[in-house]
Amino acid sequence: MAGSSIMETLFQRTLDDIIKGLRLQLIGESAFISKAMEEIRREIKSTDPHTKSTALQKLTYFNSVHGLDMSWAAFHVVEVIGSSRFAHKKIGYLAASQSFHDGTDVMLLITNQLRKDLTSTNEFEVSLALECLSRIATLDLARDLTPEIFTLLSSSKNLVRKKAIGVILRVFGVYPDAVRVCFKRLVENLESPDPQMVSATVGVFCELASKDPGSYLPLAPEFYKILVDSKNNWILIKVMKIFAKLVQLEPRLAKRVVEPICEHMARTGAKSLMFECVRTIVTSLAEYESAVKLAVVKIRELLIDDDPNLKYLGLQALSIVASKHLWAVLENKEVVIKSLSDADPNIKLESLRLVMAMVSDSNVSEISRVLVNYALKSDPEFCNEILGSILSTCGRNFYEKIIDFDWYVSLLGEMSRIPHCQKGEEVENQFIDIGMRVKDVRPELVRVARDLLIDPALLGNPFLNRILSAAAWVSGEYVEFSKNPFELMEALLQPRTSLLSPSIRAVYIHSAFKVLIFCLHSYFFQRKTIASSSLSSNDLAQGVSDSVSVRESPKGSGSATCEAPANELDGGFNPRIPSQLSKDIPTGNGDDMIVTHGQTSSFASLEKNSFTEDSISNLLNLIEMALGPLSVSHEIELQERARNILGFIELIKQEIPGSLDQGEGNFEREQLKASEVINVMRDAFSKELGPVSISAQERVPVPDGLMLNENLCDLEKICGDVQLPSTSSFSLGTPHSKEKIGVSLLNLQSKEESEPSTESTSLLAEHRKRHGLYYLSSEKNEISSTDYPPANEMKLQDDLHDDAEDLVKLTEQSLVPKKKPNHAKPRPVVVRLDEGDEVSIVAKKPDSKDDLLSGAVRDVLFGNEAIPTSSRRNPSDKSSSKRKGKEKVNIDLPSELKENLGDEEKPDLGNPSSRRSKHRTHGKERRHRSPGKNDEEREENVQKEKQKSSHRHGRHKARQRADGPLNVVAQAAVIPDFLL
Amino acid sequence: MIRAVIVMNNQGKPRLSKFYDFQPVEKQQELIRCVYEVLRTRAENMSNFIQANSIFGPDAWLVYKNYATLYFIFVFDSSENELAMLDLMQVFVETLDKCLSNACELDIVFNFSKVGKGLKCNHAGPKINDLVAQLIAHDFLSELLSELNCLLVELLGFCIFLASNLI
Repeated sequence: MAGSSIMETLFQRTLDDIIKGLRLQLIGESAFISKAMEEIRREIKSTDPHTKSTALQKLTYFNSVHGLDMSWAAFHVVEVIGSSRFAHKKIGYLAASQSFHDGTDVMLLITNQLRKDLTSTNEFEVSLALECLSRIATLDLARDLTPEIFTLLSSSKNLVRKKAIGVILRVFGVYPDAVRVCFKRLVENLESPDPQMVSATVGVFCELASKDPGSYLPLAPEFYKILVDSKNNWILIKVMKIFAKLVQLEPRLAKRVVEPICEHMARTGAKSLMFECVRTIVTSLAEYESAVKLAVVKIRELLIDDDPNLKYLGLQALSIVASKHLWAVLENKEVVIKSLSDADPNIKLESLRLVMAMVSDSNVSEISRVLVNYALKSDPEFCNEILGSILSTCGRNFYEKIIDFDWYVSLLGEMSRIPHCQKGEEVENQFIDIGMRVKDVRPELVRVARDLLIDPALLGNPFLNRILSAAAWVSGEYVEFSKNPFELMEALLQPRTSLLSPSIRAVYIHSAFKVLIFCLHSYFFQRKTIASSSLSSNDLAQGVSDSVSVRESPKGSGSATCEAPANELDGGFNPRIPSQLSKDIPTGNGDDMIVTHGQTSSFASLEKNSFTEDSISNLLNLIEMALGPLSVSHEIELQERARNILGFIELIKQEIPGSLDQGEGNFEREQLKASEVINVMRDAFSKELGPVSISAQERVPVPDGLMLNENLCDLEKICGDVQLPSTSSFSLGTPHSKEKIGVSLLNLQSKEESEPSTESTSLLAEHRKRHGLYYLSSEKNEISSTDYPPANEMKLQDDLHDDAEDLVKLTEQSLVPKKKPNHAKPRPVVVRLDEGDEVSIVAKKPDSKDDLLSGAVRDVLFGNEAIPTSSRRNPSDKSSSKRKGKEKVNIDLPSELKENLGDEEKPDLGNPSSRRSKHRTHGKERRHRSPGKNDEEREENVQKEKQKSSHRHGRHKARQRADGPLNVVAQAAVIPDFLL
Repeated sequence: MIRAVIVMNNQGKPRLSKFYDFQPVEKQQELIRCVYEVLRTRAENMSNFIQANSIFGPDAWLVYKNYATLYFIFVFDSSENELAMLDLMQVFVETLDKCLSNACELDIVFNFSKVGKGLKCNHAGPKINDLVAQLIAHDFLSELLSELNCLLVELLGFCIFLASNLI
């Protein structure tokens, strides 16, 4: 037995052998490792501590570098930690800090060993234990070892004290009650003459303050002293980080710290400290103009530096400044724009962000144009970043930066055609959103949508599917603005649509339905117009209005009246409806007459597109041909919609052939049925869809007898695999019950009629000829852009081959803040329902751990003043039951508290004003007491009882001087007004 | 706070990894892989900072530096200064360099690992302290030791792995 152990020891491979062997191995790495692991498993069970620890060391190495599991060896780790030799212990602690975690069950076994090592006389053993504890401390460990750590906090050995300070962070984190014991000692270390102690302590406070800055406000005088006195850059950086947090809570602090920070910034040669100063100023002290100016000078230094790191940080600082001081960005715009073409993606992104920050309503079109052209040339990733930021900037706050929506819509179209574009979803949303919100832009929107739809090449790009679906919806919903519905229909039904996903095809089919209804309606209307005009030699419009009002008046008024109550209910969240109602109801039939006037003249112009029998029956045939196969599709949505439309055609077809043979005389009667059906459908579709307020749902009263809390689990089981089509949210037509005559839409249409129609049947033929082939729509018809000033037409040409220099040149003028230019056209109305359409950001509640910690810290710093909260009560409850080793330290706390309470605080808990007056009445030395001091005194008493307080009195007095008089503000009751 | 220190070669093989909040081994390996995927795409003379939120969760930054065939990577959050981290890394690397070359290559490294760790520790503290003092005026060592990381002592232990892997 002994022999084998010796043999094992003699022939054991050390870690170095393993490492060397691993590099020389011939059997393959994994085989070598598994062989070594076999050895380790054997050796680690050895009774010889040396063999065991070497095995553990090898295992630790494999775990760290090769990622092998070592949780199985947890018990062996505990054994090695227990070894008396330092070398073994060290290996054990390393292994423990690497592999132990909250769930490790042997953790309980090391408490005593840790305690032993923490109280060891060998400072290296102590520091090993501290290091390990800083990684693995759990609630139990922290609770049990807090007394030892408390003692070590004032150790005379720097190495140990430093590490004890470090451990505190972890201990506070897992066991907030430790704050009550250790906090004062920690604060004392802030004033240590040894910069290492200060550094360590400030580091801990920086971490603590980053989670809950409010609790550490009372320590501001100490931090201020360090900020002014310290010469150590590392400490200064940390202190500044703390102040950056504190200043946001206590603006009066800013006045005091801004000066020393500026001083440091001007004086220091270290870039890290300088950058920290800059960052502190731009994040937390942005209202101090002179400081910001200084900081911007420094930022500029960073920006023109060759080091990409400094440049990047400079840009970052600039983008923080941008929100409050845009001038800083404009001052450096040249650098910013040049950085757009930097090789470093970080820098590119930052500068893009800055460029977007410079966007205003006067230069948005130029910047966007430049950026889109730049996106064409850049790599896909950055291209999408550019597009994304354009979309989000332009879309922000209901497109507040956009004045010329026609331009913006065509920009969206242009962006969709960029080959790398992957922003389909955003473009889709904006397309539909603009369509619904901005009435005036619809003609242009339909034109852009048409250009996208008829291009068969776009159908193959999966990223564009969403955009196409939006385009299809737009052109179906606003088909009355379309120049050529037949062409649109062909585009919607072209063969390559089979490449689309079913949900998007469903949108296509539904849009086709809408287009069909529009065509049929126009056709019948036209026939009737001709018929009536031939019947009576009256004035054309009069005849039409007669015939139409005969047809429409009963229904029109009927629907209007029965609709009124229903609409009034909706009116709450859709302001559009009341306005329509007021237009509709009072005028009644008179309105209809106006409409028909408009319509007749519009049909006169549409006649060139000719809604003839031929074209209509062609259209019907086309639809039947294209949708026939889909009526047996496996996709439910597709099948149903296809069948709907086919069924409708069936219905209509019975009427139409008859009508073709009929004489003029009985035409009207024969067609009455068909036209009535079509009118019903038309009315259904012409009801405008408006944007819906996000709070709309809340405003609908819950009907009686509706159980919203009823368990729907059973239903879920049934519907589990049915996927809702994503498009249903916007593509559903309005239900028949709410049918309504879209007066406003038709009015709009009459506006368009004045424009000459450039489309001709020859174009249609051409389109048909090329159907399915790759071609880009070359026609850039300038429909409505004629009444706009030409937006840098020439520049557009240049942009295509410019580089960064040209970018600078191009944006030169646009980035200069201009006076509001005179727009040829006023900004169209953008429908916004409620100001707060954005989702309000719910402040994240700090988790309970933080709550406990900050509660404890406040408790210590502010004494007993704070109103006891549940979060505070919890730990104390817990601690009273669980506390074991701690009693000897804070056993006299309760009495101290009582003492303090009795002293002066008890009657006016949380009432600062009365408190203040009370203070006044007290003696002179009392007046300067800050709440934080109570605790200090208490702590002092603790110390006194430990016969240690002699040296602390002097400092206490010094602090007292630093503390100013109390403040009137409620908040100031807890924040000593030390600096004012 | 520094959240992790990773040293890997330019093929993505980890040489030293230290995560200051516990991560299961598989997760560690995955994180290292992710970091490598990010780093390999970056050319030389680009900035050394990367926002690492996608890898390490919110508020994570990563500073890396390429020395010869090795990447040194520090992961930290917003309570650290980026440039200070870069300096710290420089100190770290120079310390390693100094230790290893002074240590007469492997022999002393082996001695180092086998015997007299306490002794070495005795020296390590002040020695590196002086070094740091020479290198830059800042006292980074205290940070190293105090900032929960307890980097140094373990680090010296790991020098061995590192060195023998490099050679």
